[in-house]
Amino acid sequence: MIEVDKKTFEEEVLKAEGLVVVDFWSPKCEPCKELAPQVAELAEKYQDKAKFCMLDTASNRRLAISQKVLGLPTIGFYKDGEKVAELTKDVAVEDIEAKLNELA
Amino acid sequence: MSETYDIIVVGGGPAGLAAGIYGSRSRLKTVILQKGTPGGQAATTAELENYPGFPRGTTGPELMKAMREHAESFGTEILKEEAIDLDLDGEIKVVQTKSGKEYKGKIVILAPGAAPRTLNIKGEKELRGKGVSYCATCDADFFEELDVVVVGNGDAAIEEAIYLTKFAETVTIIVIHDQGTLDCNKVSAEKAFANPKIKWVWNSVLEEIKGDGIVESVLIKNIKTNEIAELETNGVFFFVGTVPKTDFLKGKALLNEQGYILTNERMETSLPGVYAAGDARDKYLRQVITAAGDGAVAAFAAEKYLAEEESFTEQVLKADKPVLVAFWAPQVEESIAIIAELEKIADKLGDAVKLVKIDTYRNERVAKRYQIEKMPSVLFFSRGKAAAKISGSFNEETILSHLKALNQPE
Repeated sequence: MIEVDKKTFEEEVLKAEGLVVVDFWSPKCEPCKELAPQVAELAEKYQDKAKFCMLDTASNRRLAISQKVLGLPTIGFYKDGEKVAELTKDVAVEDIEAKLNELA
Repeated sequence: MSETYDIIVVGGGPAGLAAGIYGSRSRLKTVILQKGTPGGQAATTAELENYPGFPRGTTGPELMKAMREHAESFGTEILKEEAIDLDLDGEIKVVQTKSGKEYKGKIVILAPGAAPRTLNIKGEKELRGKGVSYCATCDADFFEELDVVVVGNGDAAIEEAIYLTKFAETVTIIVIHDQGTLDCNKVSAEKAFANPKIKWVWNSVLEEIKGDGIVESVLIKNIKTNEIAELETNGVFFFVGTVPKTDFLKGKALLNEQGYILTNERMETSLPGVYAAGDARDKYLRQVITAAGDGAVAAFAAEKYLAEEESFTEQVLKADKPVLVAFWAPQVEESIAIIAELEKIADKLGDAVKLVKIDTYRNERVAKRYQIEKMPSVLFFSRGKAAAKISGSFNEETILSHLKALNQPE
C-alpha cells in the first residue's frame, strides 16, 4: 500500500499506467479502519495486477472532493489515470475483489 | 473445527461484548463472531453523554474499545467472521460464516444490532457517499466550511447535528413537527437551540436530493402548506431511526413484523438455548446501556440453562437405573406432600431406583419440554428416555407397577 496525498496523488494515481486502487479513509472513520487490513491483504494478493494506494481524506479534503468522494469508506478504481469505478459505503472486501477481477 | 463453544455470540456491539464479559467470567468458553471491528453502531457515535460513569462524556469508539479489551481480558475470543446461516434447532447449534467456516455451540446469543434506516427519497441512493451520509463521525470532516442538512429529530439526529457544527458552516435540521417540538432528550434540545450554527426547518420533510455526481441541493416540502422549497447544501445526513439486521434470521428465530427478534425478559427466544440481545431485539429503549444490559441478562440466563441441562443429563438421562422425576412447585401444596411420599417409596426401594425432584418454579424448561402441565407429575425414565407419566395423585401401587413395567426387557 502506498500512502498518497495532495502532492503525490497526481503522480501515483492520475499519471499511472494500468489499474490503481485508491482506499479513501480518515482516522475518524471506524468502518474504514475495519476495511484497511483486508484491503492490505488484497494489495498483497494482487500486487502484479494493480497498484494500491491509501488517501487520508481528513488532511486532503479538497483532493477527495475533486475526486467526488464525499463519504467514507470509498474505494476508487483508476485505469490509466481515469476513474473507471467506485465502491462506497457498506463496502465489503469481497466486493472490492470482485470489482478488481472485473477490471484487471 | 470440532471444538464446541459453550456460547457463540453473533455480533460484537455493546450487547455482544457484555455477553462476552459475563459469559467468559462464568468460565464459559465464549466466542464473538463479528464482521469487522467490534463496537457496532456505538463505534460510529461521536459523543456518548449518557453512559453511566462518564460525567464528562466519552466517545463511542473509546467506550467500545474499552468494552472489547474488557471482554478479551476475561478470555472471550473475538473473531472476524460474518454469520450468514444458522442451524439453531438442535442441542448443538451450528453457525456458518461467510468465510466458509462452521462454529458449533451449546448456546447462541443473537446480537446482530441494527443499521440506519434509509428513506428511499429520490437521489438518496444515487448520492450515497457523494454527500448523503448516515455516519457523522465517518464523514463530518469533509464538510468543513460547507453547509449540511440533517433529517430527523430524535436523540441521534440532534446529537450528531451538534457534532457536525464543529465542522460545517451551517447545519439545517429538517423537523416534521411543529416549531419547538423535538423527539430528542431535553438537554440535547436545549444545546441545539442555543447553537448559532444550527438552523431549523419545521413542519417539513425531505422530498428530493439533487446533484450531478455530488449533492448540490435538496427539495424540502412543508407538510402544512405543501409548498416545496429548494435549499442549496453540500451534504445530507439521515438519522431517522434504525432497522434490525435480522434478514439472516428469517425463518430461524421468531421475529416480529418489523424484523425485531422476540424474547422474554430473560432474553430467551422461542428456541431453547437461543437468546437475543441489543438493538435487534423487540424492546422499549435502544441505547448502549440497555444493549449491554441485555447482553448481561442473556449470558446469565445462558449459564443457568447450561447448568440445568447438564445436571438433568447427568442425573436423569445418563443414570444407570430407572429414574423417577418428580415435578413439584412450592405454591402447590399437594405436590409437596407427594414429594414426601415419593421419598419414602424411593427409600424403600433402595438402589433399584433414583428420585430426582424438579422445582418447576425455578426450572420451567424441563417441565415444558416433557409437557408437564399439572403439578404434581411424575415421569419415569429408563435408559435416557421418558417411558411413562402420571399426573395428579397416585398411590404406591401405581408407582411400583410402572417401575415393574420399566424393568421388563425391551
